[in-house]
Amino acid sequence: MTRYLPEGLAIPVPESDGLSQPYWDGVAAERLMVQRCQNCQTWVWGPEWICHSCHSFDLAWTEVAPKARIYSWERVWHPVHPALKGHGPYIIVLVELPGADNIRMIGNLLGDPKQDVPIGGSVEAVFEHHKSANPPHTLVQWRLA
Amino acid sequence: MATRTLRGQAAVAGIGETTCYKHGQSPDAEFKLALMAILNAAKDAGIDPKDIDGFASYSNDRNDPSRIAAALGTKELRFSNMQWGGGGGGGAAAVGNAAAAVATGMADCVVVFRSLAQGQFARFGQGPQVPTISGDMAMQAPYGLMSPAQRYAMKCMRFMHDHDVRHDALRAISLASYHHAQSNPRAVMYGRPLDEAAYDASRWIVEPWRLYDCCMENDGAAALIVVPAERAKDMPHKPSYLLGAAAGSDHRCGAPSHNHPNYASANFASVAPNLYRMAGVKPSEVDVLQSYENFTGGVLMSIVEHGFCQPEEANDFLVKDNLLAPGGKLPLNTSGGNLAECYMHGLELQIEAIRQIRGTATSQVKDVDVSMVIAGPMVTPVSNCIFGSEATL
Ligand SMILES: [Zn+2]
Repeated sequence: MTRYLPEGLAIPVPESDGLSQPYWDGVAAERLMVQRCQNCQTWVWGPEWICHSCHSFDLAWTEVAPKARIYSWERVWHPVHPALKGHGPYIIVLVELPGADNIRMIGNLLGDPKQDVPIGGSVEAVFEHHKSANPPHTLVQWRLA
Repeated sequence: MATRTLRGQAAVAGIGETTCYKHGQSPDAEFKLALMAILNAAKDAGIDPKDIDGFASYSNDRNDPSRIAAALGTKELRFSNMQWGGGGGGGAAAVGNAAAAVATGMADCVVVFRSLAQGQFARFGQGPQVPTISGDMAMQAPYGLMSPAQRYAMKCMRFMHDHDVRHDALRAISLASYHHAQSNPRAVMYGRPLDEAAYDASRWIVEPWRLYDCCMENDGAAALIVVPAERAKDMPHKPSYLLGAAAGSDHRCGAPSHNHPNYASANFASVAPNLYRMAGVKPSEVDVLQSYENFTGGVLMSIVEHGFCQPEEANDFLVKDNLLAPGGKLPLNTSGGNLAECYMHGLELQIEAIRQIRGTATSQVKDVDVSMVIAGPMVTPVSNCIFGSEATL
């Protein structure tokens, strides 16, 4: 298993009310699931109980193509967590998904941490599994397509 | 029906601060710092601290008004107000809330205060150290996105990309704060000037921001006394009238996972017009501006969103000489601000705005009638306010 950032950062888990559970179950199976309103077809991200457009509570978890464009990015140099001390720079990207009305997701851009990052560049998802972590979980990373 | 406005109805009659310490180095407890700042502000206003009947703060200040009122022997508590939202976004809103209380007769004398002793409590600039995380942070922290600088850098990066803004514009904002701090003996960076070369040589924190693009973290407290306008006329200092105050954010600003539609923004798209409308002021009439620097990129976008320049003009407008007191086009952060005076969560910017109207600032702009404050860019809700001299009423 390869991982982009060192072990020791907080492990993501669903809320106690279970709102985001289908997302985490999806990415564990390498399927990118987001919510879509069954009344007005609005894409909803991050997870929420209600459609922000029509106020329907009928949101369905819907698979979306794991392809995106880089909307913005940052290169982090100064570590703010002990697990990242001495690790060196890393890149965070904010990507938009054309297959879901350009909702945005956060991840890391795989590859050289000092690479030039093209805003507007096409990327595809890489499912980064942490099966031996406690609890096991999957992160969604991005690489230039 | 009368026009609903705060314009000219309330004034700041007193200002007070404690010494500003490096984070974690306050010899005094956070609660004691709050009391000291409030007493200093009451003394400045020439009032008995026991006559303060209201308290307004922001950012979940830990110092509860009921405890303060008991500690001070407050005769009667009538207004106890917290502006929701983190960061410094509520700094101007707290002044607006206090003014609303005295303007409507809910209270007669409200103190706006903020106290921080980060040695006693966790620092802002560190990530959470917890085994698991859920909610919106579960979509961010596992990717190394944890601190305020990391949370907001991508807004600035996209704004700079969209409008071809160069790093020089950010540098000018930082240099202006450090320049003004060299005239201010209260400033933490007094005697520690910054030039272009030192800025350029400083390390990256998170691109597009270097060390000198990021605010300090300090311990200390600040307070302002807000009273009805007619009462302020008879108090010791020249009154600073509140011409307008606004708070909030535009459509779905708080959408999770960075899904705010108007993302490349300091979040003032709706709040700036609301302020100007209430104050009856145009950007060209602002004599001096205090604009909260959590990060210089927030100031850049705030200045654009408040109409001081168009996005395409940012490279030409944001040069050091334009931002300096006394003669620049838009004197900015004249005490040194969050970058170089003191990070009192931006309340020191409100106090500096009052000094500019009184004519007592260490980098004084000549004949200030309109003095503006922009609080906590890029968070939600944000806020802003405009103070005016008697001539503006
Ligand atoms: Zn809907």
